[in-house]
Amino acid sequence: MSKYTERIYNGIVKENPTFILMLGMCPTLAVTTSAFNGMGMGLSTMVVLVASNLLISMLRRIIPDKVRIPAYIVVVATLVTVVQLLIQAFIPALYDALGLYIPLIVVNCIILGRAESYASKNPPVVSACDGIGMGLGFTLALTLIGFFRELIGAGTILSGTPLAVTLPEIYEPIAIFVLAPGAFLVLALIIATLNALHIKNNGNKKVEGCDGNCASCSGLSRCLSEQEKQGVE
Amino acid sequence: MKELLLVLIGSALVNNVVLSQFLGLCPFLGVSKQVKTAASMGGAVIFVITIASAVASLIYDFILVPADLKYLQTIVFILVIAALVQTVEMFLKKTSPGLYQALGVYLPLITTNCAVLGVALTNVQKEYVAAKMGAMGFVTSVVNGFATAVGFTVAIVLLAGIRERIAHNDIPKPFQGAPIVLLTACLMAIAFFGFSGLI
Repeated sequence: MSKYTERIYNGIVKENPTFILMLGMCPTLAVTTSAFNGMGMGLSTMVVLVASNLLISMLRRIIPDKVRIPAYIVVVATLVTVVQLLIQAFIPALYDALGLYIPLIVVNCIILGRAESYASKNPPVVSACDGIGMGLGFTLALTLIGFFRELIGAGTILSGTPLAVTLPEIYEPIAIFVLAPGAFLVLALIIATLNALHIKNNGNKKVEGCDGNCASCSGLSRCLSEQEKQGVE
Repeated sequence: MKELLLVLIGSALVNNVVLSQFLGLCPFLGVSKQVKTAASMGGAVIFVITIASAVASLIYDFILVPADLKYLQTIVFILVIAALVQTVEMFLKKTSPGLYQALGVYLPLITTNCAVLGVALTNVQKEYVAAKMGAMGFVTSVVNGFATAVGFTVAIVLLAGIRERIAHNDIPKPFQGAPIVLLTACLMAIAFFGFSGLI
């Protein structure tokens, strides 16, 4: 496997941002009321992620170390504004569905996290591949969650796309799955399933990855801010 | 007055920022192991969001709208919030060491809390702006920010209380860690639906 495909595999499977690293939880739970919305959010994030990884990687020798976090934020926020205006102009239905969560891509910890831990240390093309991998992993996770919520909660499959299927009327949709609690429930069950598979494959070894405190996320933001603080003082 | 009270209850309980808007989930899941730390985090969030929504509202009304730069709001707000958190931290360190001791560690974490940016953007989206409501726009923005943060604090303290109990229970292996916390949050979200009849 070349290092480019390795990055993509890593993002989708080994370090899946949603199921393994538990980053970017807010959009994950908020917009996955249908597979289409989940995919739209995932792809928007991916576009921003690839572009920000590419730009930051190209600028990595120019941006002074002390102000790098604010510089990253400006780059990401600019890209997000561009994506927001594009979605508003060309896919208004998606714009209405995602609403507030499009500008909030700025504070998605996946993006700043990859900028800090990968793009700032590696050449542009590999960084872009890393962005593609992470973006695809995120998109797949969101689509999967959206698929289940939509199937159980609204009784439809892939609505909003040309492949839309509605379940026969015999099935009574369980509306709570498309409401807020359903998001928590579906994500909990998916992670528990992955944990169960992991335990089965690895005997009684301790479950690795996140220990439920979102450590990677708050830990990351904390270490980012501490570095930022040092930069300011 | 009545409108303000409605905004207060609506943002704090009915549309709870964490349990129905899904903003600020990282600290909600991350800093909720003990009631004490959860309460400190909540205090810091109330402090920052209230100030941030006031500043963001002023900047929007007096700089972005007159200069016709509304489309730059995301960039401007996030930079202002990041700078604001730094300033608040330095200011507290100098003037009130006691408060700084209590909130210190949590302040930097808040920069990446999407609830702060979320509130600033919601205030604009719901048109709590001078062009629509005059001076009340500013007041409503601040009240909305404060209420949202109170909602966050209520949710995180409750979750921490439940997690302290769960820690001593026998949980099936696959559900240990994140899944049981998410399930708890799910049940809390269902409970918070009870408030939706209030307004």
